[in-house]
Amino acid sequence: MQFHKYDVVIIGAGGAGMRAAIEAGQRSRTAVLTKLYPTRSHTGAAQGGMCAALANVEEDNWEWHTFDTIKGGDYLTDQDAAEIMCKEAIDAVLDLEKMGLPFNRTPEGRIDQRRFGGHTRDHGKAAVRRACYAADRTGHMILQTLYQNCVKHGIEFFNEYYVLDICLTDTPKGQVCTGAVALELATGEIHVFQAKSVVFATGGFGKVFKTTSNAHTLTGDGMGIVFRKGLPLEDMEFYQFHPTGLAGLGILLTEGARGEGAILRNADGERFMERYAPTIKDLAPRDIVARSMVLEVLEGRGAGPHKDYVLLDCTHLGAEVLETKLPDITEFARTYLGVDPVTEPVPVYPTAHYAMGGIPTNVHAEVLRDNDNVVPGLYAAGECACVSVHGANRLGTNSLLDINVFGRRAGIAAAEYAATVHDHVELPENPAERVVSMVEGLRESTGSERVADLRIALQNTMDTNAAVYRTEDTLKTALHDVQQLKERYAQVSVQDKGKRFNTDLLEAVELGFLLELAEILVQGALVRKESRGGHAREDYPNRDDTNFMRHTMAYKQGEGLSADIRLDYKPVTFTRYKPMERKY
Amino acid sequence: MTATTENPETAAAGSRGSQPPVPPGAITITLRIRRFNPEVDEEPTWQSFEVPALPSDRVLNLLHYVKWYLDGSLTFRRSCAHGICGSDAMRINGVNRLACKVLVKDLLSGGGKATTITMEPIKGLPVHKDLLVDMEPFFEAFRAVKPYLMTTGHEPTRERIQSAADRARFDDTTKCILCACCTTSCPVYWTEGSYFGPAAIVNAHRFIFDSRDEGAEERLDILNDVDGVWRCRTTFNCTDACPRGIQVTKAIQEVKRALLFKRV
Repeated sequence: MQFHKYDVVIIGAGGAGMRAAIEAGQRSRTAVLTKLYPTRSHTGAAQGGMCAALANVEEDNWEWHTFDTIKGGDYLTDQDAAEIMCKEAIDAVLDLEKMGLPFNRTPEGRIDQRRFGGHTRDHGKAAVRRACYAADRTGHMILQTLYQNCVKHGIEFFNEYYVLDICLTDTPKGQVCTGAVALELATGEIHVFQAKSVVFATGGFGKVFKTTSNAHTLTGDGMGIVFRKGLPLEDMEFYQFHPTGLAGLGILLTEGARGEGAILRNADGERFMERYAPTIKDLAPRDIVARSMVLEVLEGRGAGPHKDYVLLDCTHLGAEVLETKLPDITEFARTYLGVDPVTEPVPVYPTAHYAMGGIPTNVHAEVLRDNDNVVPGLYAAGECACVSVHGANRLGTNSLLDINVFGRRAGIAAAEYAATVHDHVELPENPAERVVSMVEGLRESTGSERVADLRIALQNTMDTNAAVYRTEDTLKTALHDVQQLKERYAQVSVQDKGKRFNTDLLEAVELGFLLELAEILVQGALVRKESRGGHAREDYPNRDDTNFMRHTMAYKQGEGLSADIRLDYKPVTFTRYKPMERKY
Repeated sequence: MTATTENPETAAAGSRGSQPPVPPGAITITLRIRRFNPEVDEEPTWQSFEVPALPSDRVLNLLHYVKWYLDGSLTFRRSCAHGICGSDAMRINGVNRLACKVLVKDLLSGGGKATTITMEPIKGLPVHKDLLVDMEPFFEAFRAVKPYLMTTGHEPTRERIQSAADRARFDDTTKCILCACCTTSCPVYWTEGSYFGPAAIVNAHRFIFDSRDEGAEERLDILNDVDGVWRCRTTFNCTDACPRGIQVTKAIQEVKRALLFKRV
């Protein structure tokens, strides 16, 4: 076992983690611990853009952006946080440009902007060009630019260090965060990192679903670690399904395609979004488009031999627009489905994409231990966090914005906190005990269950029972299945018993987190007897502001994977926008 | 795993659980994989597995089948599974590819008949385990070319202005995902690991030809070094290997020309 001492430890090296590292690294002694090489992070898969009211191509302002974000979130968005994000969006984009990000340009040489779902002019009058972009690889450019700047600033990375626990020390002033415990994948060795502040930036948990745009590595590790410490997770039932995944595969095709004019059609060739969102049609927010697509299929208007998908028609855009503004998705369709978007419509269907919920934080990225109090020294940003700027449904591009605005805030706050703390607080006794016993328990287990069988069973039940539409019955089935899988997990074993790059063991650990998070999602969804944003209950089709205008806070009761989950609630923060019926 | 097994491990080799259903239309592919675990092996060996596969499967799916059902110790990197993150570069049938971007149908022998696919780690980097190599020397070369925007003077309040044409000048090399397919397909790199390699030059090119950047001279100096661009023998392996379709050799030539004529 090895010990390290830093001021700030950042866990995760996607957009939020590296944006935080650029700030923290210039202010304090910082280490970034990451399961993957930084450039492998899934920020790189984001395509369409990053919204900011630059008004480079048409009139716009951050207040309109704020309104769209709150309405898009079906009024579950904390309005103070949304306002901060949309105001700071402008500098966030300009900062990236100054760091070198190669945005597409207008004829005048300014950053070009395109339309995106739910982003409108003057509170819903028409779609607005707000998304700053670099072809359809904006996320790739952000990830590369941030990594390049980490290199420039000499940020210290611990690549392929898998963090499995954090250290919380009881002090007279309450519990404070004092470090993190990681497994070095190359050697199997355990490392304890003592720190004055710790930032979680570990991304989402899309792998609870079978059809997902998420990477294999997105297993909710950070959220799971926090939850196992008895800290809450917020709004986990709100999971976004991106409308346009490649049918059957789930690979993302950017909403930017519709921003450039692509149209969704059913088997009859009808532009069905005209019926569901008459004003902005195909550029309605993702929750609405995803539900509309599923309804078209359920009502028999799906395309293809099994009538189980709809079509994204880009054929009228022309080869030049596709090759210059949407080159990657054009290639994905060709490579993985053998369909050429220049000449044929592309089969698409909703794909599990983004967790609106996560580790609750305030606007300074400080992690909450309950509705009112923070855990000193602990921060979170990006998809793993819930500020909540996305409410019940995130607007497209606002995730790339979130990681930059709140990643930056987390990095600054963590470094400033570290500067105010005179000395490192003592680590708790045996800080690595839990990690050692989990890792060795899995390595030595001779149980009869295979990781892949459990993971696939989990993903199947989540796709069938807890996806775009949910009912009491389907959720109860999912809950039963997940709880059974948790019991079977006790019998899981791995074949690779070695120390070196034991990715067999890694997958077993990840499965534990997935099971934990799936149950929280389902429990929260069962209790939320309303439909709001990304949470659609067939049996409760309306939003119920009287009973459910509140965030869900889930707490683990006790130890062990099968421990009960307690659900509590947190009020939504309102500033200037009153909840209205959500029409587009 | 010590034995040199040329006999395919059959589906029955999995000791636990039941086999996953074989999808209709699946054919049997023989995956011949270069295995090496320095914890137990003296030398690398070949091991074969028989795997059911659909023509539309990514080769990565077959590796997952082996790992999940036949031999959990098979080790490789992967993440996004659609050619964006650059984790799963490997030598597939002798050429560098991303396992998630090659479909089985592209590798079938005549008439769609079952076939053998060989999988090896990319060459020129030390093997850590099976298909997983040490990426540090690769990233070290990348970092050495100062791959970040260098500017002088005060920052503007708004964005720097760049014409669409100036932006297009370096578009090709912004696509790089640092997968190492190019560098580890280069015969020069195989023999002289001190060579920066194509990927590092591509990333230098991305800034040298960016109208906003002022560090071209510094980077060109670095690449004029004995281990710099002049090692390139223009074999085009790198261009063929790039999963992003970057004209790697052309980018290297442009850097050479910038050095020769002292201007970009």
